Amino acid sequence: MSQNVFAPWEDPNEKPLIQFKNVTKRFGDFTAIDDLTQDIFAREFFALLGPSGCGKTTMMRMLAGFEAPTEGKIFIAGQDMAKIPPNKRAVNMMFQSYALFPHLSVWDNIAFGLKREGKDKDAIAARVEEMLRLTRLSKFAKRKPHQISGGQRQRVALARSLAKAPKLLLLDEPLGALDKKLRQDTQFELMDIQEKTGTTFVIVTHDQEEAMTVASRVAVMDEGRIIQVATPAQIYEAPNSVYVADFIGDVNIISGRAKPTGDKVATQWAEGQPDILGTTTTKFDAGQEIHFAIRPEKVAISTEEPQDAANKLQGKVLDIAYLGNISTYHVELPTGHVIKAQTANTRRLSRRQITWEDKVWISFTDTAGVLLER
Amino acid sequence: MRRFSWFNATALTLGFAFLYIPMIILVIYSFNASKLVTVWAGFSTQWYGELVRNEEFLNAAWVTIKVAVMSSTIATVLGTMAAYVLVRAGRFGGRTLFSGMIYAPLVMPEVITGLSLLLLFIGIGLDRGVLTIVLAHTTFSMCYVSVVVSSRLVSFDKSLEEAALDLGCSPFEAFRLVTLPIIAPAVVSGWLLAFTLSLDDLVIASFTTGPSATTLPIKIFSAVRLGVSPEINALSTIMIAIVTIGVITASLVTKQAAVRQARDERMAERPA
Repeated sequence: MSQNVFAPWEDPNEKPLIQFKNVTKRFGDFTAIDDLTQDIFAREFFALLGPSGCGKTTMMRMLAGFEAPTEGKIFIAGQDMAKIPPNKRAVNMMFQSYALFPHLSVWDNIAFGLKREGKDKDAIAARVEEMLRLTRLSKFAKRKPHQISGGQRQRVALARSLAKAPKLLLLDEPLGALDKKLRQDTQFELMDIQEKTGTTFVIVTHDQEEAMTVASRVAVMDEGRIIQVATPAQIYEAPNSVYVADFIGDVNIISGRAKPTGDKVATQWAEGQPDILGTTTTKFDAGQEIHFAIRPEKVAISTEEPQDAANKLQGKVLDIAYLGNISTYHVELPTGHVIKAQTANTRRLSRRQITWEDKVWISFTDTAGVLLER
Repeated sequence: MRRFSWFNATALTLGFAFLYIPMIILVIYSFNASKLVTVWAGFSTQWYGELVRNEEFLNAAWVTIKVAVMSSTIATVLGTMAAYVLVRAGRFGGRTLFSGMIYAPLVMPEVITGLSLLLLFIGIGLDRGVLTIVLAHTTFSMCYVSVVVSSRLVSFDKSLEEAALDLGCSPFEAFRLVTLPIIAPAVVSGWLLAFTLSLDDLVIASFTTGPSATTLPIKIFSAVRLGVSPEINALSTIMIAIVTIGVITASLVTKQAAVRQARDERMAERPA
């Protein structure tokens, strides 16, 4: 690997910036956060990912100080945050609705937090100019929020939340309103700004692609719990559960019974079908429930029987999704299972040989998939 | 379908005639040269001239304006505070009871409000005069202010206040620097409403007034009991003019401001 990989979470001597310790948050009967413990380190770009209602926004609002934990404690830089109101925290938030002050100009919006600190005029002006340059908004300083475009408003919101140089910046679905192209540009811009300012970012999103792009670590959440925290690559290649595998990207799941064979584990999944072989570090007992998860791009498809594949299955093409750069084949097995196989379209369309209703073979190695207990 | 059928036109004419013929007659007769109200004797503005020279009326007018300005200002402050708490405080115990109690005076018969205030003032030994009318008017007009302001606050994006807190404002600063400027049009129209209510109140004022303070409606009412004079017509015409101009400009200004604010606020949010 390259030198100095940023991974403070692997260093036991590193002190976390944010600590959630057994935090539970209830709204009446509803439990939004369920006994959650998690560390987040300085300079991290930490993404909270999950479907709506999974508690990710509640986590963020507790960091900002708009909600208080029902049980447990939150520490920022070692300090217990329980008694600290939002206006006394070195934390700023970029709101989902942007929440720009409609009666103030772009300049005054950005200066708003600095003026509350009681800095002198020149210092404020210098800082605002710096923020305007950073977000490329200098031309729009005098405009009101309704006089600029959506993308510009989003940058004003970012500039305003960064102006006070917070220790921690919270971003609540920051790019949801932008169209895809602008969103991608902005993602890289965010990463750039994060690197330049050295601020710790915590981002809430339901867009897995966005989380994968920007984050140093991703926490996948469901029903008030964090299911897995890992780097984007680990989350994708080594999910710890069917939920995570299914939430991030596309996946084929085949469920069955485990049959340990030597250093490998076979999945018995259907009568009359060969077992699926996989490798794992987890220990499975014979007959235990097991889920074999494999990404479509790791499944090869061919018209002729492959010779040296660890796993091969025969089926017929049900559907083809042509996406330009790749094609996804939906292959129906005799058991009724539908397996997705993806190939890169390195050849022109006219030369492709597989079409609907064709009998095909799908194959994959014994290390391509992941074996999951749940 | 034609928008103006005969039926519609007739209904409209009848309705408006019902509303405005009495006032039109009053305005016409205020320009009557004759001293007899019911006999038309040519156009004249002499009654307006006499009115200006009538000290009693001028005094009453001055008292009325003083009372209206003071009571509507106090009512606006109290009503805005009440609205803010009821909309923002979330669900505290007895919230429904409180909001019901804020609105109850809107439907309370004025005679009862006036009588109960009178009893209160006598009970605590407060001399009746300008002060007691101001207090009484504040009491009933603050409900109107609170209704107007709370309807605006309901549509107010709460994250704006959270953003202000997040950027280092104390809750009061957040209110002063963010909430208040944005809801200002509603506060202004609440003030104007309270002002006009105070301006034309007769019942509550007559319960709570003393010999030292006579408001214009009380003055007119007692003058009319001795017979309608053309002077009263002239005075009433002036009041109609003031109220009309006031209400129209107020509604134009506040509506424009509200529309602009709403648009600014919507535009300041993320595009849909």
